[in-house]
Amino acid sequence: MAASPTSQPLLRLEHCTMRFGGLTCVSEFTAHIAEMDLVGLIGPNGAGKTTVFNLITGVYQPTGGKIEFRGKSIVGKKPYQITAHGIARTFQNIRLFPSLSVFDNVRVAFHLHLFQGIAHAVWRGGAFLREEREIAEQVMALLEIFQLTKFRDAPASSLPYGDQRRLEIVRALATRPKLLLLDEPAAGMNPTEKTELMKLIQFVEQKFKISVLLVEHDMQVVMGICRRILVLDYGIKIAEGTPQEVRANPKVIEAYLGQEQAK
Amino acid sequence: MLLGSLLAVGVLGWFSDKINPYHADVLTKVGINIILAVSLNLVNGYTGQFSLGHAGFMAVGAYTSAAITLFLGPKILPHHDMADSYWAAYAVFGGALVAGGLVAALAGWGVGAPSLRLKGDYLAIVTLGFGEIIRVIFCNIHFLGGALGLNGIPACTNLFWVFATAVLCTYVVVAMVHSTYGRGFLAVHDDEVAAEAMGLNTTRYKIVAFVVGAFFAGLAGGLYGHYTLSIDPKGFGFMHSIDIVVMVILGGMGNTPGVILAAVVLTLLPEWLRPVAQYRMVIYSFLLIVLMLTRPQGLFTWRRKWKQV
Repeated sequence: MAASPTSQPLLRLEHCTMRFGGLTCVSEFTAHIAEMDLVGLIGPNGAGKTTVFNLITGVYQPTGGKIEFRGKSIVGKKPYQITAHGIARTFQNIRLFPSLSVFDNVRVAFHLHLFQGIAHAVWRGGAFLREEREIAEQVMALLEIFQLTKFRDAPASSLPYGDQRRLEIVRALATRPKLLLLDEPAAGMNPTEKTELMKLIQFVEQKFKISVLLVEHDMQVVMGICRRILVLDYGIKIAEGTPQEVRANPKVIEAYLGQEQAK
Repeated sequence: MLLGSLLAVGVLGWFSDKINPYHADVLTKVGINIILAVSLNLVNGYTGQFSLGHAGFMAVGAYTSAAITLFLGPKILPHHDMADSYWAAYAVFGGALVAGGLVAALAGWGVGAPSLRLKGDYLAIVTLGFGEIIRVIFCNIHFLGGALGLNGIPACTNLFWVFATAVLCTYVVVAMVHSTYGRGFLAVHDDEVAAEAMGLNTTRYKIVAFVVGAFFAGLAGGLYGHYTLSIDPKGFGFMHSIDIVVMVILGGMGNTPGVILAAVVLTLLPEWLRPVAQYRMVIYSFLLIVLMLTRPQGLFTWRRKWKQV
């Protein structure tokens, strides 16, 4: 196992199981993600990758097992509480706030760190205005880093596809996470966009000093940037290791190419 | 901006005795409808929850405040006739209005807390049911006049009160939405799942919108009661809720100036159509259908377009 018992991993999944009626989607899944780690979760279609994702983010409650984040159990917490703990996510099919401007999309994500409430918004006192100014500055700084400043007032839905993906990552970062979950960020991207995305993910990890868990179909992307890879097949973890190890693992080849070809 | 409109309201209040009574009547209705439409817009427009029970909250506010001025008023001001002591009477009236708003807000919380976990159509049905329940409850409270309603409510509402409340309501809604906190309402409207993933307690946002909306509906109800001087449960039926929803939809969901304009136009339209007497409602409905077909995004959505350029 990659995580040593002495260092406390950031995220710990212990024997996580998810059953929908008689169907076991994820079975006894155990994984550790350390701080400043870049982990890929791969597997063929229907392997349970997105289910694992939904377990971590609180969309589903696991039917068995433990999920701990920074030493605290996050099982049974609502998605917004999990975000408050420091796990942010993006979505497989982009889910920006389409009618809000790029600026507002990022601004909303500052919600967790607000002191203001409705009363402050209505009264518009000095502290409120100061906070609004600070948030505006921080939003602009984020947009600046990701070269989205020129779209500041455009509705999010009007952005090109690649920029929408980028904006989704920016928005997730605005919640100040310790762990960023990316759900198939390369889906629907052309090779150039994929290369840019890979650079972006590495940049985010370095710049914001966070861990990234990447669920991805695209081997080029996963093999290119992940330090460790977990492979799921039929809800069971069949392999774990560096890209080289995983690539050479016969079980993985079998899962992806089938037994006949593997022989 | 706020001061300017308050000043205008003050001037309006000053002249309210000098306007001809018919115009004053129409203006009062316009003002009350603005309050109702703007507050419902917070729920249906900005937050994207489809509520059909706004008239129910209006009823709660109307009955509460009317009961206070009718039954408690004489006890608080025993030696004064309501019409005589101007300021004391208005203080009681103001207090009654706020109390009506608060009770309506409480009702909003009571209805919203369980039902706002539902989405879309389900919420619409629950709020629809709530409106009807309110009506039936008031029909059966003898203390509040039963089906006959409350009569002889003191005539406290004037143009000043109506438009001051309308300005306050508009200000609160606009100020709420134009803040980092308030952008959350729009985020919930756009994508609830994403909003939740960004750390927003979406249920709470919806309840806040609902409660604030109900509060102002309660105020509008109080103003309405002290204007018509007689309220009965039938006046707060389902059709009234629909009227308000139509104003919001026509004005453009989540577009406050548009909704205000729609409230004005839709209040005036039946008045303009008075000459054609019995065809009035036919033409009104027909115009609504035409508007919905030609401008489903709302009549008055110029502001957003302008912003994009």
